[in-house]
Amino acid sequence: MVQEENSHRRMMKTWKSIFAIIVKDLQSELRTRYALNALLMFVLTTVSIILFALRGDQPSSTVLAGMFWVVVFFSAMSGLSRAFVSEEERGTALTLQLVAVSSSVYFGKLLFNVLLTLSLVFGVTIVYTVAFPGFTIQSPDIFLTTVILGSLGLASAATIIAAIIAKANSRGTLYPVLSFPILIVLLMSVMNATAKALDGEQFVDAAVDFLVLISYVMVITAGSYLLFDHVWKD
Amino acid sequence: MKYVKLGSVVLISFVLVAGLAIPLVPSPAGWLEFPNIPGLEQKARNIFFHVPTAWTTVLAFLVSTFYGIQYLRKKNIDDDLKSVTSAGLGLLFCILATVTGALWAKFNWGSFWNWDPRQTSIFVLLLIYGAYFALRSAVESEEKRAALSAVYSIIAGLTVPFFIFVMPRMVSGLHPGAKGDEGSGPLFEGKMMAANMRVLFYTGLAGFSLLYVWLFNLRLRIARLDYHRLLQQEGE
Repeated sequence: MVQEENSHRRMMKTWKSIFAIIVKDLQSELRTRYALNALLMFVLTTVSIILFALRGDQPSSTVLAGMFWVVVFFSAMSGLSRAFVSEEERGTALTLQLVAVSSSVYFGKLLFNVLLTLSLVFGVTIVYTVAFPGFTIQSPDIFLTTVILGSLGLASAATIIAAIIAKANSRGTLYPVLSFPILIVLLMSVMNATAKALDGEQFVDAAVDFLVLISYVMVITAGSYLLFDHVWKD
Repeated sequence: MKYVKLGSVVLISFVLVAGLAIPLVPSPAGWLEFPNIPGLEQKARNIFFHVPTAWTTVLAFLVSTFYGIQYLRKKNIDDDLKSVTSAGLGLLFCILATVTGALWAKFNWGSFWNWDPRQTSIFVLLLIYGAYFALRSAVESEEKRAALSAVYSIIAGLTVPFFIFVMPRMVSGLHPGAKGDEGSGPLFEGKMMAANMRVLFYTGLAGFSLLYVWLFNLRLRIARLDYHRLLQQEGE
């Protein structure tokens, strides 16, 4: 009885610390609004450049689906590294190492990045629907699943790479260089599925993409969790 | 070690001579004639050189990741030296594989690059190697550099099975063994190759593998000497 209570208490403590890290990051984000502003301006700039480049031409659904995730990818690259880089820059990394268990830090930062990515993708969807008349989602079930799975996968890969580059020099350019090879699998599946969503296909047609995405998320998250200690702890 | 050197020289020379010299005829009679597949003809010779380099680069990547894992477990810097050495060789063979593949693609499919899944995956491997070395050059502390590059190669290694097994089956491609091509199986199918071609092919694989071991040994010894010289300089 006491053992069950103790393990229950430990589990609640872990969840509490994960939640505390998410809240801390959210609060500092909302205070400065740095990442949100950067992401928003990045998305608007990129879409404007695309609109100028197209000059009235309407791209096909494949191109629109691809460009959607290109914008998401680069916006994520400019915004998601803050989870760890801000700790190093502010000098709070050591404190966090001492105060929190590494698994709590990992899951806290991961969930924070998931929230950030979901809002980013949501924002890009709105901007795209407004900017491109060809961007009409004819299969909302495929699109929703793709967006959720894609955000989870993007955030999990981006989080571990952010942890890696936080300890290196020249972080800005290194981040997309390291992330892109890891994310190619995700990007290919997600672009395929989004194109199918725009074309109005059935949910089962995208099942292969979803299976790849689900296994990708599980593999990357599990691997990152197991390896996080080696990156985080000096 | 000298058997490795001798073996690689002998085997690769043999493959070089036999692969290029043995004539392709419509109906091969004996061991010194290859079957001439219409449409493929002389381009079939590529298989003796392109596939072994691709095989060696994957081998080098696996070895590099293995020693990365060993470093994380034992924190012995020698394991990190082995990891870098193998990664450098892997990069070299990856460039060779990409170039020979692109050349073959030009003659066979009309253009150097087609974003066929297998072509894409060798390109991704090239990007992974590039990113690996970019990461290493950005970290100053040796222990941190070793740990971070080991973690990165493991994470990258986790995505590799997706490329080898999932993508080529998902997306139809031009490479032999892709979804749209029912004729030949994965990479090299037994029934596609005549017996004598298969012998030469496996000889090529063995020869390139031995070459890899030889180069690995050389570069590792150099890396160790460099590292000890660095330690001595820091000690002074």
